[in-house]
Amino acid sequence: MNQHVTPRLNRRSFVIGTAALGGGLAVGLDIPFGGPQVVRAADGSPEVNAWVVIRPDDTVVIRIARSEMGQGSLTGLAQLVAEELACDWSKVTTEYPTPGQNVARKRVWGDFSTGGSRGIRSSQDYVRKGGAAARMMLIQAAADEWKVPAAECTAANSVITHKASGKTTTYGKVAEAAAKLSPPADVKLKDPKDWTLIGKGVKRLDTADKVTGAMVYGADIKLPNMLNAAIKDCPVTGGKLKSFDEAKIAGMKGVKKVVTVDGTAVAVVADTWWHAKTALDALPIVWDEGPNAKVSSESIGKWLAEGLESGPAFVGNENGDAKAALAGAVKKVEAVYNYPYQNHATMEPMNATALYTADRCEVWCGTQNGEAAFAAVLEASGLPADKCEVHKLILGGGFGRRGQTDYVRQAVKIAKEMPGTPIKLLWSREEDMTHGRYHPITQCKLTGGFDADNNLTALHMRISGQSILFSLRPDALVNGKDPATFQGLAPSGEATIGYSVPNLLIEHAMRNPHINPGFWRGVNVNQNAIYLECFMDELANAIGQDPLEFRRKLMSKNPKHLAVLNAVAEKIGWGTPAPEGVYRGLAQLHGYGSYVAGAAEISVIDGTKIKVHRIVASTDPGYVVNPAQVERQIAGSFVYGLSALFYGGCTVKDGRIEQTNFDSYNSMRIAEMPKVESIMIPSGGFWGGVGEPTIGVAAPAVLNAFFAATGKRIRSVPLRDQNITFA
Amino acid sequence: MANLTINGKVFNLDVEPDTPLLWAIRENAGLTGTKYGCGIAQCGACTVHLDGAAVRSCGVTVSEAQGKQITTIEGLASDNGLHKVQQAWLENDVPQCGYCQSGMIMAVAALLKDNPKPSDQDINDAITNICRCGTFAQVREAIHIAANA
Repeated sequence: MNQHVTPRLNRRSFVIGTAALGGGLAVGLDIPFGGPQVVRAADGSPEVNAWVVIRPDDTVVIRIARSEMGQGSLTGLAQLVAEELACDWSKVTTEYPTPGQNVARKRVWGDFSTGGSRGIRSSQDYVRKGGAAARMMLIQAAADEWKVPAAECTAANSVITHKASGKTTTYGKVAEAAAKLSPPADVKLKDPKDWTLIGKGVKRLDTADKVTGAMVYGADIKLPNMLNAAIKDCPVTGGKLKSFDEAKIAGMKGVKKVVTVDGTAVAVVADTWWHAKTALDALPIVWDEGPNAKVSSESIGKWLAEGLESGPAFVGNENGDAKAALAGAVKKVEAVYNYPYQNHATMEPMNATALYTADRCEVWCGTQNGEAAFAAVLEASGLPADKCEVHKLILGGGFGRRGQTDYVRQAVKIAKEMPGTPIKLLWSREEDMTHGRYHPITQCKLTGGFDADNNLTALHMRISGQSILFSLRPDALVNGKDPATFQGLAPSGEATIGYSVPNLLIEHAMRNPHINPGFWRGVNVNQNAIYLECFMDELANAIGQDPLEFRRKLMSKNPKHLAVLNAVAEKIGWGTPAPEGVYRGLAQLHGYGSYVAGAAEISVIDGTKIKVHRIVASTDPGYVVNPAQVERQIAGSFVYGLSALFYGGCTVKDGRIEQTNFDSYNSMRIAEMPKVESIMIPSGGFWGGVGEPTIGVAAPAVLNAFFAATGKRIRSVPLRDQNITFA
Repeated sequence: MANLTINGKVFNLDVEPDTPLLWAIRENAGLTGTKYGCGIAQCGACTVHLDGAAVRSCGVTVSEAQGKQITTIEGLASDNGLHKVQQAWLENDVPQCGYCQSGMIMAVAALLKDNPKPSDQDINDAITNICRCGTFAQVREAIHIAANA
């Protein structure tokens, strides 16, 4: 059984971590070794290049720059390297290079950020080249030894063969020599038709430790003399800490110190986390709740509703003259939808462990963006890059939340108050629920117009609400406007609208409440797909047309969108009778470079209880690296998407998020899980993501089926707030 | 101080009697395979066996667990190798992030002890752990694999 070795390496490095310069890897110091320089892994094995280390026993260590949070890209990325490396897959193991090493080595591993379903698609080219270059160097080393032309040698399964002489050797035997060679200038990748490992549903490399409890997540770190911290940040964003009465917890067992963080939070440091949390709960804290203390869901909703009707808006997609066409329409349909704040609710609450000394700061944490975490350590510690390090651990869920570094910063700030003592900061679930980076809140008014022949002549979508980029990536705004709000609705790019409407206007009126928004698995596709795909059903219904036929007529110029829609329609049996009492709904979208569609079969009991019997989901991501993992991502995306539809709403009262734990912010259980049938139709020629896109079709497919079942159109999420739940 | 018998071994721990068993296991006994997810017995990530029955250890105090046999994920395997539920989990490649899976596996192991061939409805009734990655389809398959092992 292959195992992801990072936790083991890190566990070992805890002991040496304070004294040595880093974790498990070489740090870019080219070590002279009798000639050309060879970079070595911590165990002395040679790096053939940055992606590939080969040990004398033929173990192949593949470096993975992106973070593993369950999505399986650690395995998929290893497959991409191994395909070109032509190594023995059973001897493959993986490890994370650290962000500090990446900086020291001029970003030899490229981007560490793991979000936007980019793990595979944004790195596939250079990691495959890394594997191919290593293979060429290993073959060259063997050829040099045998004094034969490299072109006469072949490699397969970690064995190099010179057919003419019958000579063979293994990667482990020539790795040392290969590591001394210059990398090839020209690296040719395999034709996809020749892939043998890419496209195969091999098992994940990181499973073994996850079934025995041995996998070390951030929350599980143990360091010598480590203390534990629990924290409370001001419950109202924009507020600050006014005072706290430390005397009230003086003498409580295990308590070592009470510290403030950035003037907005207070943390208790104790021997155990339970002691820290118990003392923190007993600590009287007075907050200055600041200017947002009176904000509520109602006030936010009202503000957003104004944006649907008036004021400036940013045009994201436009052709023809939608307003004029609507004015002249024979029939008009209008609807207003809304989408709430939602918490990521990763199973592992936010946490980070920091060790600060006067001249060094190290952090151990799960992060979706190692380099951002590293930058946060630099900023919070005040130390330069060569004195900081981040040790990445497997994440207990990410979904976008761990792309932010607020918890890393807090851990460093606390550790700075206690130099030389490692501090593990763990958020309580309550802290995690109330200090999220929430799925942004929006509303959308849609107006469609038909001519006398029931042709859709105009569509106007006006979205009002929050911009993620405004809060988290202001550098990515365009003249203060957020083009990402049009995800799934754009005229071009990786998230386009699938319909051709002669007069189209899609615009966004930005309204940014004080609640912190974040990238939440699926991001803006989630609400945009509900808005557009439910409204397409409304339009079809208004003229008495079948929702599938109505869509097809508008999709002739978008064959890839249409292909995935047709695939689910066919498989679910659209147009044929459903089982008694079962109703169907459809949705499609383009996001993260992939074309996806979903079809749902549901029944509704008493108008308020929904049984989701069956989901059919199709995806065209261009290429499928590991179909077993893609299938799991698709099924998992429906758990996340349907949890969001049924339960996922965070409401605001007195400026703060009201939901504090899974009792008020529920999540799907196995009993509610529908059968998910996935269809993969990779058409090649492009690389799309798979972690997120299918989430977007989950809710509209079910909502459209609900309309088919009941005649009632639901335009508001979550269903919890309308007393509709799973049967 | 409290004596807790965890995975057949007696731990003499410096812990208050009202401490949730979860934290005594994780912090005092140092067995971190049992996970903290919610602290209010909602999510099941902290599921362990108490005299063979699945309990959510965040909702059980140290004093309630004293004198009982506590089994954590680390104690599920035997000298003969992994428990059949763990084997099925490997075979079916169940975990995604894996954080909830210790609790999921412990809940399933207890179910199969009481009900060796559970129906899908039995599974629905007994397994109420939260998995945010959404491994439920693989979990259900693996339960049947383990039941037939």
